[in-house]
Amino acid sequence: MLKFVRGAAVASFAGLLLASAPLQAKTLRFAFQGDYKSLDPYTLNETFTLGMHAAAYEGLTKRDPELKIIPGLAERWEVLEDGKRWRFYLRQGVKFHNGNDFNADDVLFSADRVRADGSDLKTRIPPEAKFVKVDDYTVDVELPAPNPILHYEWDTWYIMDKEWSEANNAGKPTPAAATTPSHAALNANGTGPFVVESHQPGVKTVWKPNAGWWDKPQHNLTEAIFTPIASDATRVAALLSGEVDWIDPVPLQDVDRVNASANASVMQGPELRTIFLGFDQYRDELLYSNVKGKNPFKDKRVREAVYKAIDIEAIKDKVMRGAATPTALMISPLLFDLSEDFKRPAADPEGAKKLLAEAGYGEGFEVGMDCPNDRYVNDERICQAVVGMLARVGIKVNLNAQPKAKYFAKVLAAGGYDTSFYLLGWTPGSFDSYNVLANMYRCRDEKGNGGNNNLGNYCNPKMEELIKQVLGETDTAKRNELIKEAYTLGQVEDWGYVPLHQQALAWGVAKNTKVVQRADNQFLFYWVTKE
Amino acid sequence: MPYVTQEEAKASPPTVATPAPGWFARVMDHDLMASFLASRVTVLAALVTLALAVLALFAPLIAPYNPFDPAEVFLIDSLNPPRWLPAGDARFLLGTDDQGRDLFSAILYGLRVSLIIGVLGVLMAAAIGITLGLVAGYVGGRVDAVIMRIADVQLTFPAILIALLVDGVVHALLKGASREDTAFGVLVFSIGLSFWVQYARTIRGSTLVEKNKDYIQAARLVGLPPIVIMARHVLPNVIGPVLVILTINLGLAVITEATLSFLGVGLPPTQPSLGTLIRIGNDYLFSGEWWIVAFPGLTLAALVLAVNLLGDWLRDALNPKLR
Amino acid sequence: MLAFIIRRLVQSIGVLLAVAFIAFAMFRFVGDPVNQIVSIEASAEERAQIRESLGLNDPFVVQFARYVGRAAKLDFGISYQFRQPVTKLLGERMPATLELAFVSAVFALVVGIPMGVYTALRRDSWLAKLFQAVSLVGVSLPTFLIGILLIYVFAVTLGWLPSFGRGEVVRLGDWWTTGFLTTSGLRALILPSITLGLFQMTLIMRLVRAEMLEVLRTDYIKFARARGLTRRAINFGHALKNTLVPVITITGLQLGSIIAFAIITETVFQWPGMGVLFLQAVQNVDIPIMAAYLLLIAFLFVVINLAVDLLYAVVDPRLKVTVRAA
Repeated sequence: MLKFVRGAAVASFAGLLLASAPLQAKTLRFAFQGDYKSLDPYTLNETFTLGMHAAAYEGLTKRDPELKIIPGLAERWEVLEDGKRWRFYLRQGVKFHNGNDFNADDVLFSADRVRADGSDLKTRIPPEAKFVKVDDYTVDVELPAPNPILHYEWDTWYIMDKEWSEANNAGKPTPAAATTPSHAALNANGTGPFVVESHQPGVKTVWKPNAGWWDKPQHNLTEAIFTPIASDATRVAALLSGEVDWIDPVPLQDVDRVNASANASVMQGPELRTIFLGFDQYRDELLYSNVKGKNPFKDKRVREAVYKAIDIEAIKDKVMRGAATPTALMISPLLFDLSEDFKRPAADPEGAKKLLAEAGYGEGFEVGMDCPNDRYVNDERICQAVVGMLARVGIKVNLNAQPKAKYFAKVLAAGGYDTSFYLLGWTPGSFDSYNVLANMYRCRDEKGNGGNNNLGNYCNPKMEELIKQVLGETDTAKRNELIKEAYTLGQVEDWGYVPLHQQALAWGVAKNTKVVQRADNQFLFYWVTKE
Repeated sequence: MPYVTQEEAKASPPTVATPAPGWFARVMDHDLMASFLASRVTVLAALVTLALAVLALFAPLIAPYNPFDPAEVFLIDSLNPPRWLPAGDARFLLGTDDQGRDLFSAILYGLRVSLIIGVLGVLMAAAIGITLGLVAGYVGGRVDAVIMRIADVQLTFPAILIALLVDGVVHALLKGASREDTAFGVLVFSIGLSFWVQYARTIRGSTLVEKNKDYIQAARLVGLPPIVIMARHVLPNVIGPVLVILTINLGLAVITEATLSFLGVGLPPTQPSLGTLIRIGNDYLFSGEWWIVAFPGLTLAALVLAVNLLGDWLRDALNPKLR
Repeated sequence: MLAFIIRRLVQSIGVLLAVAFIAFAMFRFVGDPVNQIVSIEASAEERAQIRESLGLNDPFVVQFARYVGRAAKLDFGISYQFRQPVTKLLGERMPATLELAFVSAVFALVVGIPMGVYTALRRDSWLAKLFQAVSLVGVSLPTFLIGILLIYVFAVTLGWLPSFGRGEVVRLGDWWTTGFLTTSGLRALILPSITLGLFQMTLIMRLVRAEMLEVLRTDYIKFARARGLTRRAINFGHALKNTLVPVITITGLQLGSIIAFAIITETVFQWPGMGVLFLQAVQNVDIPIMAAYLLLIAFLFVVINLAVDLLYAVVDPRLKVTVRAA
């Protein structure tokens, strides 16, 4: 109670300051390349959007600047009954923006809502997990089998107000096929540090601090304004001219220019996304190749040759301007404790030619490559560089670079995995290797059941077995060893993919603005201070 | 990019004129040659156009490198400034682009691609437009109404959408074709389909006026079939303004190609056109690598300017009222 | 005359239907909307279910008929990306585009006409030649490059004008927001209007010049000269007046295209208008927005064309015969 009173006093003091000195207004203006579309926290599972939701909404857990899980709306939690029951103790005295109390009913409601049709975040909670209200501030989660990573993604499972949602006919997320607009898409009512003042999708969103927030603000803002700026050059211009305080991304070629300017600099850091090349190693004949009757990529010597033909350092220096970390793994080294044990073999075009000759392709062959041109940092340029490097070992690549809408429609399950050789990026949503293994290394059928995003259908029964073991293992050290074994099989023995690099984050930040950059690339402005 | 030119405005409200002799005869006219040589700007424009056309045509012979061959392009050479700058490399006259391609060679090859796309696209537009315009104007009635409404529909579709449509249809038909194979044809078709309306409107406007004249009435009385009248008698008398539109449109077509490239539906950067080079260079404007956009941009501007000046001169010279 | 108008109105509905039909036929080739709705991790069943619920599995004709049925009631559906009614989204963006188009057209006229007159009257002066050459820049470089160059010079280097957006807007009534009433709104209009209007300006300048040159040689101008009227009276009272009819006509026709083709300018300047909305819709395969936008543009074209045709019929009696016959 005392704490609450003090919070109120601080708030009113701040209010006083504001009233007496309007010049102290601290407005954060920021721009991103994409839109903040719907305010409904369950309609889109996309990094930037999830970060924006965190201004108004909070989850049971949060993650700190180092991505460590910390308490959010749950003060603490414990695992009972050999991992089959989790107990969450909720924070008391927390209020939603409209004044409603936060309690266990809201958690149960949100657990249902996030798993309802129309939600894009269904995977946040396993379908079999059962939520039980113990009392108003205690919730149990019952599981059929232990799951050590149950709460890993709960920092972005935001808790909504049951009464408000139901009163406004937003008890379910709006499905894409809806015929009536959703109230929750245009209005937000969370418990978070900021209140949405106005939201015009694709144009502008304005937040004001939440005076009644339960925690102590770490920002000093009086207002935050978001505008999307799609054009790279315009976004950089807006930062350089001081019209915005933060932009993402800064195109890599403009990093020096921004750093040289008087009023802004670039914050770079490793990102969790791995950019890699994949092969169709399933079809008996490639869809796009001059090799008929057989599939060269089924031969792992050919895959190894491709791997060794690529001079990743040149791509790093010239295409990425140093803003990339070459990698030997399909997961960010930040997310796997034993990643140090894997080293990328050096580029070796001569060795690659030899391998191709051994495999019977001494004369080389032709293959079509699919590449997005507006999805990842310099994606098309990376593909072009790959084309040149493979040309010099005798593989003629016909590049088909397309906008993401068309690219994904072609290469994903819905397009029938219509590709022979492709570039893709992957960030494990749970920050854990299981996600990578399950998506990239499990066999799949034609429809995509199994390793749904294993586009080229890498498939090895030994790997299937390992992945099952990883899922069931609760001891961290043993689990890490199993994961290492899986990566060794997939990468060092089978050459299943060609991991290229972790692309770097590049945020442009005005010199008078301090921000926290987290490796998952979420921009959380409740940590921003302005001079 | 808007598609209506002054020619159309002039032609649509029928400001009328005396029946003019055939355009070919006029081109051969001595006055025309005289007026050409009298205007130094026009001569210069003609020389520039000719020079660029020759450079484009013989690009493979002139260019020191083949920018379309990925095996010849080394990433390590990327972003070299022009030769005369301190950091320049003697091998690359105008510097290199983001992939290490020699910019001079890339411009020559790109110019060639852009010119071919522009010329083919504009010719296609003219062919469609002239045919439909003639028929609409001459036959009139319901046929006219339908054709002109089709023109209205066409104007609604921005070039980008037409390009996406053509691209989609092509890929649906030729399953497995990559962008490298199809982009060229897609662009020609898209430009052809985007630009025909003004030819149709212009031709229709003049045909409406022309067909009520005595000599056409006479031809009809003689019993010539409509198609012959249209092709042999109406066409030569209405095609003058089309020549002017053609020249002006050629520049516009090359720019449209660049714009489509900006929107991601142009030629792939492995086979760059002038427009693709400008789009790539556009990304490097703030970062100091100005040459990637400057030289292709200047080449494009020179081409479009020269062609437009020629068009201007042609229009004035062919206009009997300005004699 | 009335019969003509009615017939044209009927034809116009036909045009709108045709636009809707073509638009629909092509959407299937733009990409798969489901990919833009769900994240990459969504399962195959989930995707199939969304396809079904959106009616994307129905035959093309059924989808089309359903759409036309709703559109007739002015219901253009809900945007896939924003989960908002398309009518509302387009309505919110329309003032931005219309104001930009209006200012561009005014810019093109106010700068283009005097330049055209000057270059016609002083045909051989160096200034006239300079005007002609400079004006050609507007058609010699792609719009996106001109826009970026303007931003670089006036926003980044000189810091005089904003690089993006609309500035402060003032709400007027339920449907309109305007940038005309605030300083930042007016400043924000300058660069995009020039970028968008440059092409039209060149067009108008050249058109005025050509028309003036023709008119100045006609008999009645010669006659006016013979009567001893002042140069100014002849040039502006007679010659310019006569050139204005085609200028106004073409500006009218161009207004439609300015709106339709503002896409690039809006993208470069992040102008929150319909063009940006449409381009994003194309990139995200947001079919309801694409369809509604195209119908709206078609509607504008049809209305403008109709007005222009009626104007011709009134102005030029020779056309009446043809109009009746049509």
